[in-house]
Amino acid sequence: MQDAKGKMQMRHRAVGGFFLFALFAFGILHFELRASAQHETASDIEDGGRVFRQSCANCHGPDGNEIPGIDLGRGVFKTAKTDEDLVRIIQKGVPGTPMPATNMSDEQAKRVVAYLRSTAATKTSATAVGDAARGKALFEGKGGCLKCHRANSVGSRIGPDLTRIGQLRRSADLERSLVDPAAEVLPTGRFYRVVTKDGAIVTGRLLNIDTFTVQMIDTKEQLRSFTKVNLKEHGFIPSPMPSYKATLNTQELADVVSYLVSLKGRAN
Amino acid sequence: MTRRTGLFALTAAVAAAVSLNAQVTFDRILRADREPQNWLSYSGTPFNQRYSPLTQITTANAKNLELQWIWQARSLEKFEATALAVDGVLYTVQAPNDVVALDAESGRPFWTTTYAPAPEARTCCGRVNRGLAILGDTLYMGTIDAHLLALDAKTGEILWNKEVASAKDRYSITMSPLIVKDKVIIGTAGGDGPIRGQIAAFDAKTGKELWRFYTIPGPGEPGNDTWSGDSWKTGGVGVWNAGAYDPETNLTFFGTGNPAPDWDGRSRLGDNLYSDSVVALDADTGTLKWHYQFTPHDELDYDSTQVPVLADIQFRGKPRKVMLWANRNGLMYVLDRVTGEFLHGRAYVKVNWADGFDSKGRPQRVPGMVPTKAGTVIRPHVHGATNWAPPSFSPRTGLYYVAHFENSSTVAVEGEFPRANGINPRQTTMGQINLQNFLNNEDEAYGVVRAYDPNTLEPKWEYKMADITWGGVLTTAGDVVFSGGKEGYFFALDARTGALLWKAALGGQVNAGPMSYSINGKQYVTIAAGNSLYAFALRGDVK
Repeated sequence: MQDAKGKMQMRHRAVGGFFLFALFAFGILHFELRASAQHETASDIEDGGRVFRQSCANCHGPDGNEIPGIDLGRGVFKTAKTDEDLVRIIQKGVPGTPMPATNMSDEQAKRVVAYLRSTAATKTSATAVGDAARGKALFEGKGGCLKCHRANSVGSRIGPDLTRIGQLRRSADLERSLVDPAAEVLPTGRFYRVVTKDGAIVTGRLLNIDTFTVQMIDTKEQLRSFTKVNLKEHGFIPSPMPSYKATLNTQELADVVSYLVSLKGRAN
Repeated sequence: MTRRTGLFALTAAVAAAVSLNAQVTFDRILRADREPQNWLSYSGTPFNQRYSPLTQITTANAKNLELQWIWQARSLEKFEATALAVDGVLYTVQAPNDVVALDAESGRPFWTTTYAPAPEARTCCGRVNRGLAILGDTLYMGTIDAHLLALDAKTGEILWNKEVASAKDRYSITMSPLIVKDKVIIGTAGGDGPIRGQIAAFDAKTGKELWRFYTIPGPGEPGNDTWSGDSWKTGGVGVWNAGAYDPETNLTFFGTGNPAPDWDGRSRLGDNLYSDSVVALDADTGTLKWHYQFTPHDELDYDSTQVPVLADIQFRGKPRKVMLWANRNGLMYVLDRVTGEFLHGRAYVKVNWADGFDSKGRPQRVPGMVPTKAGTVIRPHVHGATNWAPPSFSPRTGLYYVAHFENSSTVAVEGEFPRANGINPRQTTMGQINLQNFLNNEDEAYGVVRAYDPNTLEPKWEYKMADITWGGVLTTAGDVVFSGGKEGYFFALDARTGALLWKAALGGQVNAGPMSYSINGKQYVTIAAGNSLYAFALRGDVK
């Protein structure tokens, strides 16, 4: 507990501010979650996930299982029994523990709870125990990941930067992205294709889009902006991320996932 | 800084569109006049002339300027940054320290990187930032918690983060960094408090510190004896505005701030070097080559952190490498930037604390013009004749353009923040983002843009505003001057006559300098006002 507390305090200093409302002490009792929260929309859950990744994952980890005795992703809490309990803990913290109070509204806290509910049914990594060092070698070698991705300033900018991916995504999600990349593409990883009126084709990762314009980073790592009226065609295209289902074996997949989970951002 | 024709400017702009996102080498920064479509450093080039060689907007067609886009910052702090324009991308700062990349044509964002300064960060005058620097593919920003950040210009990723000085000790950074060769050079603000100001150089690639210059000499160093007792340890002298660089002498130039405590010099007797000075530092080593002190033993908060403007001019019949400096203390200077020699100086507003210079250029004090218990009316105001807003020099007209206050004064009281003097006590307050009702009568301070002849320092013309101004000045090869002020107007003047050509009401105070760039054959002019960045260009298809 002391270690966990020290770790949390260290992160508090690094992150600062009110974002430190880790969902630390959610119960001693193992608690069977309901299948999913009622009245919550997909965007509520996505919003809750965003808050969870930005805030709670700093201490609880992307899978919510980095505090001993707590596994948020599987509904394993310490005291919470109901959604209301969870909302109260998020808002008021747990006195006597590093879990601080927050200034989240009821609505915001409920969205985080909705996200936790939605993930409860999803298993975490089913793969073997991975080795991050081997995973790094695969990431940079056989996997060819640096051709599109970047980690700690090494690699391409075409795909999403993975320097902090271990803080942002759960290992189960990372494994799924490796095996079935099209299953879920985060908004920041979507690809777009435009054809200009003179026939030039430009593809890249979408950075921004509105009624009249499109901004992307293209496959030559150039920041590009287009006015839609000047385009012959434009639209989303599938992610160029290949499936590693056949390329990497179970152990190798676990190794790569382990490496990705270890990417928690640079200590600036 | 040679003349550029419109054809050249247009050709260069088209060429840039082809070679998108090339590396910004130091040679490109140094010769930014060769690529007028871009704006590669705070005031355009390391000479800080804030002059755009673009020619599309002229005195004849400026009346056809119209709004192209607005980008609203998610910040209620003053917007003091000048954007960089790099091959179709604008980079600017959302105060205090978020970095934003915008499409230069539409103002739409490519990316935003947020930075949360440490809670202990303190600034005297707003949680502001004046802009970024770029080298290669990397952006650089000083932060209000006194860090220097390097960011990937393609993605906004923070590459390294160095603490320049401790925010706990009341240091901060608000200026744009200066790039020289492979170095990033930055100064520390906070000089109204008990700091010891610094200028430090860092390796652009790694963030490793290469040299550090203290603006107050330590024991055993020349100038330490200009501070009585231990006052040198906490004498202030911050550095909080853009520096300049001259490749011929390899010298960097920085203006330094006031000595602390600000309005009571009894605890720091002496000239207090190098407060209120310009220091010329060797870019490779940080060694002081020369200095010139504008206000020895300052008790009126006359920071000399104005932007140094370098120019090669005919001075009294001979070619001369000069530095032009309209100072907060109400005096304007021409210095030889190679030697630091004082060439010429005169009061450019109503001044009553000095009445001339001795043979070496030291200002001659008027007896009694110091803070007293009863209060002394002193001109100009504590906020100065001008403060930090960047001026301009046009190599076409040979004139030095400064936006400043006129007729300002202050009641200087020993050890206290000076009171404004006038019917409206807010007459010379610092800029805010919102417009305020204006109530001054004609006897009180007002703002002007004036065009000065560097040979005489006499104004050629004046454009007068009702309220004061914290806005900077841009000149262009179309002989147009752009500026704005606290009233929220952004306007275009004829660079040769000062005639008003065009104006726009922006709904927020102008607290920044304008800049210009082009993309796809169209010249844009930007200005920050309120909490937004505005881009203007000529109406219709001007290709």
